[in-house]
Amino acid sequence: MKYTEEHEWLRVDGDLVVIGITEHAAEQLGDVVFVELPEAGTQVSTDDDMVVIESVKAASDIAAPVDGEVIEVNDALADTPGLVNADPLGAAWFVKMKVDDPSQLDGFMSEDEYKDMIA
Amino acid sequence: MPNLNRTPLHDLHCELDARMVPFASYEMPVQYYDGVLWEHLHTRASAGLFDVSHMGQVRVSADSLEEAQLALEALVPASVLGIPEGRQRYGIFTSETGGILDDLMIANRGDDLLLVVNAATKEKDVAHLSANLAGCAVTLIADRALLALQGPASEAALAELVPGVAEMRFMDASVLDWNGIELWVSRSGYTGEDGYEVSIPSSRARALAEALLACEAVIPIGLGARDSLRLEAGLCLYGSDIDTTTTPVEAALEWTIQKARRRGGEREGGFPGASRILEELESGAPRRRVGFLPDGRAPIRAGARIFREGSDEPIGDVTSGGFGPSLGRPVSMGYVETGLSGTGTALEAEVRGRRMPVTVADMPFRPSTFKR
Repeated sequence: MKYTEEHEWLRVDGDLVVIGITEHAAEQLGDVVFVELPEAGTQVSTDDDMVVIESVKAASDIAAPVDGEVIEVNDALADTPGLVNADPLGAAWFVKMKVDDPSQLDGFMSEDEYKDMIA
Repeated sequence: MPNLNRTPLHDLHCELDARMVPFASYEMPVQYYDGVLWEHLHTRASAGLFDVSHMGQVRVSADSLEEAQLALEALVPASVLGIPEGRQRYGIFTSETGGILDDLMIANRGDDLLLVVNAATKEKDVAHLSANLAGCAVTLIADRALLALQGPASEAALAELVPGVAEMRFMDASVLDWNGIELWVSRSGYTGEDGYEVSIPSSRARALAEALLACEAVIPIGLGARDSLRLEAGLCLYGSDIDTTTTPVEAALEWTIQKARRRGGEREGGFPGASRILEELESGAPRRRVGFLPDGRAPIRAGARIFREGSDEPIGDVTSGGFGPSLGRPVSMGYVETGLSGTGTALEAEVRGRRMPVTVADMPFRPSTFKR
């Protein structure tokens, strides 16, 4: 698992990557009440806003960490946005992407580096 | 947090693992361990304890109570003279142009008036009162905390400590004793629930809070749930839904102006902005505060613009909005052109560049449960 400075986790499998947010991020957001996902097939560039998460407190965006195509989204979040708080590292994945250039994934943090960052 | 004021319950909030945030120059709890959603639902189901000590408690007195009541009517369009002893009334301070300088509670305590005003505006309010209330003594009370206990279990919880509260009705204001400590209690609040606000000397505030939290029914509630509770109840947040640019008629707060102060009343006008406000009471205002129910699940928050279906000309905007936990759906309030303010009117809100259908709705979104 790799981590971004924006508190996303990336589960990498070749040129495929599954993206979610960390427990720390979910806790900071508070109770999530709505998630807006992109459509499968959407081409995104790094830093494009890809997902909107609305908590009881505020709206926040998740930016695409890399360039690529969204090939699958987690439709369960539309009906059960609370999964983001209940199981941020598992059932509450947001999107699966096919990465244009897998070497873009090299720069992200390891779990230890991420833990140091939020400590 | 540097340069922020602290309430007498600050240490207790920290011990209860509150997440503290800056609010109106105070360091305040936005939520505790259970989170905003749970705190909101718990308040509606049982009872929640809020620290509202940041709000201003202001005593107004004169040679006679009637003199103080009449003096305050020069700044507030409510009938202050019409508040019986032991009762409280919601009112607003108006500006010369008919806008709203603040909203407040006014209690008649027999010998004096006790006002509760917003934290962010309290210094301004006191200066305004001192400058305009000839012959009155105006005191911002600095040595008392204010706690709110809200929700259906509030009466049972507080009556365990102070039996007299059970006799009170909605908007009663009483002085009661708790272990030799003088409490100023009103049966009111800002959540749409039955409940109380209790003023207590700062040095004893923690003891009262702990005694209430020892009741199984009571948990501490932060500002996050306070906001979602008042939004579901259709209540205005000063600085968001009402301010110096909104008139009481635009804000649908006509009910804060009793007949005695309207045209033809015994004490017609005589408050700042009266000419505009009295005129609007008769012929209406160009825009009006309404509720909005978004059709989808996405919350529509403050700042979103409102349009007629298919039109590019904005006809209003959202001033408060979010998720209503007790309704299980998003709710918003804001202003629209009066001609489009009818319940059921289909409009559109712009969110992240996209149009979302909304329907004009009556407020409160959820019926209030006051013990009248």
